[in-house]
Amino acid sequence: MKKQLPPEYYKLLEEIQAIDFVIVELSLYLNTHPHDMEAIKQFNEASHHSMLLKIEFEKQFGPLMNFGKSYSNYPWDVDDSPWPWQV
Amino acid sequence: MHSHSQFKYWRPFIGPFDPCKPIRVKSFSTPPQLYMNFQPPGLPQFQSPKQALMHGTLWPQLYSPYPDPNKGVEKP
Amino acid sequence: MFYYEKKLQYPVRVSQCNPMLAKFLIEQYGGADGELAAALRYMNQRYSIPDKVIGLLNDIAMEEFSHLEMIATMIYKLTKDATPEMMKAAGLGDHYSIHDNALFYHNASGVPWTAAYIQAKGDPIADLYEDIAAEEKARATYQWIIDLSDDPDLNDGLKFLREREVIHSLRFREAVEILKDEQGKKKIF
Repeated sequence: MKKQLPPEYYKLLEEIQAIDFVIVELSLYLNTHPHDMEAIKQFNEASHHSMLLKIEFEKQFGPLMNFGKSYSNYPWDVDDSPWPWQV
Repeated sequence: MHSHSQFKYWRPFIGPFDPCKPIRVKSFSTPPQLYMNFQPPGLPQFQSPKQALMHGTLWPQLYSPYPDPNKGVEKP
Repeated sequence: MFYYEKKLQYPVRVSQCNPMLAKFLIEQYGGADGELAAALRYMNQRYSIPDKVIGLLNDIAMEEFSHLEMIATMIYKLTKDATPEMMKAAGLGDHYSIHDNALFYHNASGVPWTAAYIQAKGDPIADLYEDIAAEEKARATYQWIIDLSDDPDLNDGLKFLREREVIHSLRFREAVEILKDEQGKKKIF
């Protein structure tokens, strides 16, 4: 089923992309700096913030992850379009 | 902000029989990772996650611009 | 194991209809210094590298798969609406004759991807130096593709990907430092 993509979709997606990027960048840094307490705090806070944003996103636009990391609606929508390269 | 320049310049030898108009100054990128063995903790970060995303890193001191922002300016 | 999140790491935008750029971008898809090579190289080295450094290789490998997806997105956007005539004019006639507009793992010259592009020596120092070199080569390749493109939106994505190579290079250098320290300590087994 084709979804319509309002500007809100792109705005919220970009916020998620931004916070998830910080998470990835901190993850790589912490892999070589395991004792940086400040960075660990920042990583956990960013992870929490990301989870909240995704709850909001999925309410409006459906599941983001597969294999049970997100819940499905009815009918099954885990494999709905659009896919990231189409957006 | 950077103590090391991000681009280095050199002058290739220009021969008398070169067929094409010579490029007198060539450059190459020397990004920040060359100058640190280990990232020191506590480096300043970009103000917002969006800024970090746009730049491709959380830390301005690790940002490597491309192309050369000084391109076209004659170097010694 | 692996899970999938239905989003790109970075919002890829292509504003100009210029399928010729797809011919150059595919170098980072199926080429020697591209994202597939990087992802598979690190993913495979995970198994033999010292424990201290497995997490780093695992995470960077996963990020490279995300970058592979971004490159694929750029190519997809540039070619999905290209007619055979447009593909031919873009220098992608050979590709079209085999694949239609489907993507495939080959480089800008059409050479198919091969595991000969990657290595795992089992020696962690050799492997990490290969990884550092790979990141520098990828960085350089992005520079040349940026030079060839005058699509500012596409270039934003390419500059992001180039900066990620800079960071990865730094992390692999740090991994070498970590292993150097370990190797300096006296351990009696």
